[in-house]
Amino acid sequence: MNTTAPVVQVENLRKTYGSFAAVDSVSFEIQRGETFALLGPNGAGKSTTIEILEGYRDRTGGSVSVLGVDPGKGGLDWKARLGIVLQSSGESGNVSVREQLTHFAGYYPHPRDVEEVIASVGLEEKAGKLIRKLSGGQRRRVDVALGIIGSPELLFLDEPTTGFDPEARQQFWQLIRSLKADGTSILLTTHYLDEAAQLGDRAGVIAGGKMIDIGAIDEIGGQEARTPVVRWRDANGKHEERTHTPGAVVASLMASGAEPAGLEIVRPSLEDIYLQLVSDHAHAREVENAR
Amino acid sequence: MSTTTTPTAPAASAPSFGLGIGRSLRLGFSRIKLEVRSYFRQGDSVFFTFLFPVVMLTIFAVAFSEQNFGTEEEPLTAAAFYLPGMIAAGLLLSGLQNMAIDIAMERSDGTLKRLAGTPLPVMSYFIGKIGQVFTTGVLQATLVILVASLAFDVELPSEPSKWLTFAWVFVLGVTTSAVLGIALSGLPRSGKSATAVVIPVALVLQFISGVYLGFSMLPEWLQNFASIFPLKWMAQGMREVFLPASFEVMEQSESWNLPGVAIATGLWLVIGLIVTRITFRWIRKDS
Repeated sequence: MNTTAPVVQVENLRKTYGSFAAVDSVSFEIQRGETFALLGPNGAGKSTTIEILEGYRDRTGGSVSVLGVDPGKGGLDWKARLGIVLQSSGESGNVSVREQLTHFAGYYPHPRDVEEVIASVGLEEKAGKLIRKLSGGQRRRVDVALGIIGSPELLFLDEPTTGFDPEARQQFWQLIRSLKADGTSILLTTHYLDEAAQLGDRAGVIAGGKMIDIGAIDEIGGQEARTPVVRWRDANGKHEERTHTPGAVVASLMASGAEPAGLEIVRPSLEDIYLQLVSDHAHAREVENAR
Repeated sequence: MSTTTTPTAPAASAPSFGLGIGRSLRLGFSRIKLEVRSYFRQGDSVFFTFLFPVVMLTIFAVAFSEQNFGTEEEPLTAAAFYLPGMIAAGLLLSGLQNMAIDIAMERSDGTLKRLAGTPLPVMSYFIGKIGQVFTTGVLQATLVILVASLAFDVELPSEPSKWLTFAWVFVLGVTTSAVLGIALSGLPRSGKSATAVVIPVALVLQFISGVYLGFSMLPEWLQNFASIFPLKWMAQGMREVFLPASFEVMEQSESWNLPGVAIATGLWLVIGLIVTRITFRWIRKDS
């Protein structure tokens, strides 16, 4: 099999419900071993897109290939190569963490070691507990464990860390990094932009069903959006200056003699860039609708 | 050239693990274990479906303890009279009611969606469900019979032929009931409405099929109506096993009509299988 072919290929994907287009000509690719973050506000079409790739939803138009297979026609053999962490957990209440994982491991041809997986999501102490008795964040970790138990080639993570405390999130990132190191390709949707920045190689931003930007995590939004900002205070109040030469700005401030109060130089984070992209898009739409 | 550009479908490359019947069976048995374990950890289902026939038998046996359900020459206690009906009701509850509600719940709580994303064959899921019904059904029938015999002195049949009849009516009945439950599980739109849709159906069937009310007490038109459904036939088969021969004349057509029991129940099994085959989906797409 051709190992250099993209694991996911989406071209002009379209999904409509009546006259409403939930996903509108979205295109992207995920290379083998890559982590791709799909970002966007609630209702933007992220989950619809990911569920079409997982085979849960039919598409209205466009072409989709996941591990070389059309998800609408994917059989058991295809599913055995995927790991899916859905957005909502479901209730697998009356079995323990270990029972559930041992059982699911049996579905796959090359499962990971159950105890190792339990440890990797930090549930060693809860392994014998009924899933129903776990907290929301702990159940979410069971979901993640079930998603990786089959050593998937491609892992779908739909808002995986919702309900995690900061420590659990750090631990989860560590786990995803080790999966990446093993060569797992990952499609991630998340509300946490720091998470996308930490884990993603590339990102796509979806708003209103359209892909409004796509690129490497440190390039998305364009160079201009990354222009550093110098902030300081003086007798006239707060100042803010976007500049490609922050050092020169600071130097000229110092030349005036007084140490500027509250001086900082900030490079826009992925979150700042993302928010700018989404609000620009919303604004452009308003203008369009006003015409 | 053409060979290198054609994307290789995994189906075309040799499957890395068996997808045949052996794997379906192995995973099916693995699911039975999980399902049975999970069933007995669920307090409400243990009470409302598993213990229900025992509870009802006890109530009837105690409430009508002074009454004779037989004749002057051949007296019959309430417990003996109700035993076959309670066993039949157990088949319906463990199978149809339990399955229909259970699967509707699993569909709405996301369990089926999760399974749909794994390489679990649908067949293995069904084997797990039917295996669970079979296991709990056997335990339930054993318990009802033991309670009837030990607590209420019901005389059990001694002829092997009767127990043979019991065995096939039980196996056919429990399978049919489970399959009909799976077929019915697609009807409720949500897990919450499942109990509201399924329990009345099961309850009405029990009342018109000779479980709570003696079947011979019902008007003929209602008897005919009940004969459309499988519970009447399962109960009739169980009456043949547990009631004295003198009761045979009270049946429709004055006969236990075992061939009729086999045909009617078998027909419903086929209907259930066809409906399941056509309608069962892991999830409702695009809902």
